[in-house]
Amino acid sequence: MKLKTLISALASVLLIGSQVAHADKWGDQFPHIAATGDIPGMCSYESMSQKDYSGRTLTINTHAIPVMGEPTALHAEQFEKLTGAKVEVTHTPAGDLYSKAMVPFQAGQAPYDIVFGFSNFINDWKRYLAPVPQEYVDQMDGVSASHKAIASWDGVMYQYPVDGDRHYLKYRKDVIDNPEMQAKYKADTGKELKVPTTWKEYGEMASYFNGWDWDGDGEPEYGSAEVMKKDDLMYAAFYSRSVAYAKNESTPGGFFFDLETMEPLINNPGFVEALTDWVDAVNYVPPGGINFGLGDEINSFGGGQTLFSFSWDDAFVAAMQPDSPIANQVGAAQLPGADKVWNRENGMWDAKYNQAPFFVWGWAVGVAGKSENKDVAFDYLCFFANGANHQADIGIGRFGVNPFMEEDFKADVWTQIGWDADIAQSYVETLADMEKSTNRVFPLRVPGTFEFNSALATGTAKALAGQLSPQEALDEVYAEWVSILDRVGADNVREAYAVGVKMEDNEL
Amino acid sequence: MNFKHKYVFLLPGLIVLIGILIFPIIFTVRLSLSGWNSFNPGLDFIGLKNYIRLFTDDPRFWQSFFRLSFLAITTVFLQYIIGFALAHMVWKDIKFKRFFRVLFLIPMMTTPVIMTVIWRTFFHESLGPLNDFLSIFGVQPPWLSSPGLAKVSIIVVEVWQWTSFMFLLMLAGLLSLPKEPFLAAAVDGASPFKKFIYVTFPLMAPISIGAIIIRLIEASKIMDTVFVLTSGGPGTSTETSSFFIFIKGLREFQMGYAATASFTYLIIMIISLTIIVKVLTKVLMRE
Repeated sequence: MKLKTLISALASVLLIGSQVAHADKWGDQFPHIAATGDIPGMCSYESMSQKDYSGRTLTINTHAIPVMGEPTALHAEQFEKLTGAKVEVTHTPAGDLYSKAMVPFQAGQAPYDIVFGFSNFINDWKRYLAPVPQEYVDQMDGVSASHKAIASWDGVMYQYPVDGDRHYLKYRKDVIDNPEMQAKYKADTGKELKVPTTWKEYGEMASYFNGWDWDGDGEPEYGSAEVMKKDDLMYAAFYSRSVAYAKNESTPGGFFFDLETMEPLINNPGFVEALTDWVDAVNYVPPGGINFGLGDEINSFGGGQTLFSFSWDDAFVAAMQPDSPIANQVGAAQLPGADKVWNRENGMWDAKYNQAPFFVWGWAVGVAGKSENKDVAFDYLCFFANGANHQADIGIGRFGVNPFMEEDFKADVWTQIGWDADIAQSYVETLADMEKSTNRVFPLRVPGTFEFNSALATGTAKALAGQLSPQEALDEVYAEWVSILDRVGADNVREAYAVGVKMEDNEL
Repeated sequence: MNFKHKYVFLLPGLIVLIGILIFPIIFTVRLSLSGWNSFNPGLDFIGLKNYIRLFTDDPRFWQSFFRLSFLAITTVFLQYIIGFALAHMVWKDIKFKRFFRVLFLIPMMTTPVIMTVIWRTFFHESLGPLNDFLSIFGVQPPWLSSPGLAKVSIIVVEVWQWTSFMFLLMLAGLLSLPKEPFLAAAVDGASPFKKFIYVTFPLMAPISIGAIIIRLIEASKIMDTVFVLTSGGPGTSTETSSFFIFIKGLREFQMGYAATASFTYLIIMIISLTIIVKVLTKVLMRE
C-alpha cells in the first residue's frame, strides 16, 4: 500500500514537474504569462507556435491605449512571434470605433480584418461580420452562458467573447467598515454607516463624506466619482441609476419601451426619480466631476479621491493593484436599489424594495465578413482570449478585460494576485449574484441604438447642467425617441428589442 | 498657339477642383435628400424631409449655430484687438523686437489638439494648476462645469491659439504702410493717439477686413477645441454647429441628416460672411 502511494506521489510530482517545465518555456519567453505559464488549449501558446502565417498581414482596429488597446497590441506582438504573421494595429478613440468600422462596412469594404467595439453594436454590425466558426465556439466551455448569449444573435455568435462587463457598486472599505467612522456618522446623522442598499442612502453617505479629508492624506475627499460627461458613456451610468426605480419584475415586457406598443418609457416617474437623484449627485462629486469620463472616474476612485463609484470592473481592479494607494481597501457590492419601484401597468409606485443588476456588457470584437484573413483573424482572437492571456489580463485594471469565464468567479483567482480573501470573496459573490438575478436589465441592442443613447445623453446632460428640470429633460428625450422610432421603424426596433426583453424576462 | 491648348493646360486644375470641391458638394446635397443611417445605408430619396425636420423640429441645431456665432465673433474681436496691439508694439523700435516677434508667433505654431489637452489640464478643477493657484485667494472657479465659464474657457483657448495669426497679418500690414502720411502727421504735430486713429487705423482697414474675414471663416469651424475641452458640455452649453454635425453624422450615424445640416450651415455661412464683409467695408473704409 505504502509502495503504491509512493509511486502515485512520484508520478504526480513528475507530471506536475513536466507541466511546470512546459509552462516555464512559454512563461520565460513571454513575461506577461510568467505567473501561469502556458495553459493547454486550442489556442494556447504551444498550439499557436505550430501555425505558420508567414507572409500574411492582419489588420485590427481597436481602442486607444490602455483600455483594450494595450492588450490588443500586446497579444498582436506575441501572435507575430508565434505564427510569423504581420499584425497591424490601429488605435481609435472609443467614440469613433463604431463609425470607423461602419463607414467601410456600408461602402462594402474591409480595411480591417478585426474590429473592436462595444457589444451593443451587434445589431448594426452583425450583417457585416463573419459568424464565429463552430470549432471556436465548441472550445468555449469556460465562457459563461450569459456571455455566449450576449455575443450571439438568433443563436449565431458574431462577437468573439473577450470581455464581460457589468456595473456594480465600489466603496471604500476603510471608511464604511471603520467603527470610528460609523460612530461619527451615527452621531452626526442618526443613521447607520453601511454599504448603501438604496440610492437615497448612497446620496446621504456621499454628501456626508464630501469635501473633507476623511482619510488623513492632507487632501479633501469627495462622495462619488461617476461618468457624467455627455460624450463618454454617460447613458450607461444613467441606466445603472434608473434600474432600481424603473425595472419592475412584476411588469415584464420591456424596460426601455413597452414592447407591445413600442411606447418609450424613458420619461416615466421611475426614470425621472433616478435623474432627480443624479442631479443631486452633482453636489457630491469632485470639482469638475460633471465632466468626468470613464478614465476620470477610474482615476478618481482608483486614486482614492472618492468614497463611492459605480461602473465597470476597471476602477475596482485598478484600485486593487499593488501600486494603488487604496489597494485592499475597497469593497464591491450590487448596485444600490430603491424603496419603491414604478409600476407602469397601474401607473403607481409599488412600495417594495427593488434592486436590479445592469449588465452593461462591454468590449466586443468581430471579424469582417469581407476579410480575406478570416482564419488568421479567428486564431488571433482565440489566442487573445486563451487561458493564460485571460488570467494575466483580468488582473490588470487598465487593460479593461473583465471576468466572463466561469473560472473568474472563484475567489482563488484573485487572492493569487494579492487581493485579501474577504475582498476577493465579496467581489466574486457580487459578480455571481448578478448572474443569478432574475431582475436583470440588458442594454439596448436595437437598430438606431446610438441615436437612442445619444438622445438620452444629451437630455440627461442638460439636466445635470441645470439647463432643464429632470422631467423636462426626459420629456425631451421621449420626444426624440418617438422621432427615432418613426425614422427607423417601430417594427424594426420591436423585432430586435424583443430579444433583449426575453433575456430580461428570463425567457431566454 | 492653338486656342484649345489652353483648355488642356487648365484641365489638371479643373479635375482637381471637381474632385475636391465640386463633387463633395454635389454628393453632400444628394446625401442630404436621403435617409442614410445605420439601419438603412444607401442613397434613397426622401425629398425635403430632412430639411423640414431641420427647420421646424430641431432647435438644437439653431441653438448651436447662435452659440457658434457668439463664440466666433467674440474670439475674433479679441484676437483682432490683442493681435493689432501686439503688432503695433513690435512695429515700433523697442528692445528685443525680434525676440517678441518670434515669441508672439509660437502659439500658432503649436498643434491645436495637443494645446487644448494642455489647457484642459490647466483648467482641471481639482487637479489643475490654475485652481491650485487661485485657491490661495480662496476661489476655485468651475472652469469647465459651469455653462458660462466653459464658454469663457473656450474663448481663452481660441484667443491664445489664434491671436498669433492676427498678429502676423497685422504686423505684415503695418510694415507695408507708406511713411509719408506719418511724416505729414508728425509735421502737423499729431499726438500718437491721433496718429493711430487718423492715419494708422484707416490705412490698415483693408488688411483688417481681410484678417477678420479669414479668422471668422476659421472660427466658424470651431471643433477641436470644443471636442477636447468640453465635448459640447456641460449639457449642450458649448455645442457649436460643427460639433452638432459631427455628433449627428459620426456618432449617431444619421448621415443624411448630418449632410442636410452641413449644407444648410454652408449656405448660412456664405450669406453671413458676405454680409459681414459688406458691413465691415462700409464701417472701416468710410472716407
